[in-house]
Amino acid sequence: MNQIDARGYSCPEPVLMTKKALKELGKPLTVLVDSETPLQNITRFARNSGHTVASRSLGDEEYEIVIS
Amino acid sequence: MEKIKSHLGIILTGLIVGAVSVVLVAFGNPLNMGFCIACFLRDIAGGVGLHRAAAVQYIRPEIIGLVLGALIMALAGKEFKVRGGSSPMARFVLGFCVMVGALMFLGCPLRMVIRLGGGDGNAILGLIGFILGIFIGTLFLKKGFSLKKSQPQNRVEGTLMPAVAAALLVLVAAAPAFLFFSQEGPGSMRAPLLLALAGGLIVGALAQRTRLCMVGGIRDVMLFRDWHLLMGFLAIFAAVLVGNLIVGAAGARGGFTPGFAGQPVAHTDGLWNLLGMVLVGLASVLLGGCPLRQLILAGSGNSDSAVAVLGMVVGAAFCHNFGLASSAEGPTGAGKIAVLIGLAVAAAIGGLNLNRKK
Repeated sequence: MNQIDARGYSCPEPVLMTKKALKELGKPLTVLVDSETPLQNITRFARNSGHTVASRSLGDEEYEIVIS
Repeated sequence: MEKIKSHLGIILTGLIVGAVSVVLVAFGNPLNMGFCIACFLRDIAGGVGLHRAAAVQYIRPEIIGLVLGALIMALAGKEFKVRGGSSPMARFVLGFCVMVGALMFLGCPLRMVIRLGGGDGNAILGLIGFILGIFIGTLFLKKGFSLKKSQPQNRVEGTLMPAVAAALLVLVAAAPAFLFFSQEGPGSMRAPLLLALAGGLIVGALAQRTRLCMVGGIRDVMLFRDWHLLMGFLAIFAAVLVGNLIVGAAGARGGFTPGFAGQPVAHTDGLWNLLGMVLVGLASVLLGGCPLRQLILAGSGNSDSAVAVLGMVVGAAFCHNFGLASSAEGPTGAGKIAVLIGLAVAAAIGGLNLNRKK
């Protein structure tokens, strides 16, 4: 599975990274983030673009977002 | 339906921000200045004597409330996260640039929206410039602009900005003689301390929760066709407009007065209103958010945003020490040069931080 690590980046960069990865690597894509803001923003972006989104907490405010 | 529901929080927040702004004006804040992050940081810089412009000196409780409101909400939502180290010096300089642009226009993006809702036509030019600046900023983002990763830091690092806010609150409440309080001009127009503090706390908490951001709204539409944050922006405008009409009809302080000439704490030089806000838009996109958002993040443990806020404070002091800030009479020659330099500096920071392989 394709994976990008957006931990440490502040928005909108994680969303831009996701957009780029979807275009270049395709689905399914896993994105790692470490704050609530990119989690919400990426989820909203992916849903708006018609993808299916699932996310789970990895603890310590880290999240794994799976876009398919 | 589901869609509308997901936007409800940001719309409500926008409406409340607008309403609080109108109330703060009705109770004494300068007209069309219920909130203005740039103006209020400038007032604080004056209040502690970093500049000596006698008309704009006051430790604004709204700013203190915004930071502490964001802190409380972040702690309550387990979102207080101490991070930093993402190009702090670039953020300081960009914060400085934001302030140079904002004091050319006479307002941050939030006050621009509030001015629009008060009928100030000059803010239309500001808005056009703001959109243009954001557009330029998104070009840098699309080319891979990044201020690089932040790192987890010691808790102290994220607590210092809220601590500074708390210290300022003690200072303004105790009002020792070494502080500066404007006797006339915008700095002398103020809502009662507790009301201003409460307004800041409410807006700070809500803005933390919803990520309200004036720059983010327009930016996200350009980048992702995402209208979420822009709805907050529009809601503020709607609430201020309606609030001003009500206040005007009731004969209270404030009201809706359409026109260009004689607008409160504003000037009519369209070109420089526009260029000032181009700089604010560009530098804010590179910072990742508008001045309000920087304050909120600074209250939520983000030391990078705290540095950007410090850049704005120092920028404000420079603007008034060296005659760069506009007044009701219009912009100054030195201010125009400063805006042009600011645009060059922001563009250079943008261009030198492009990261092609990401």
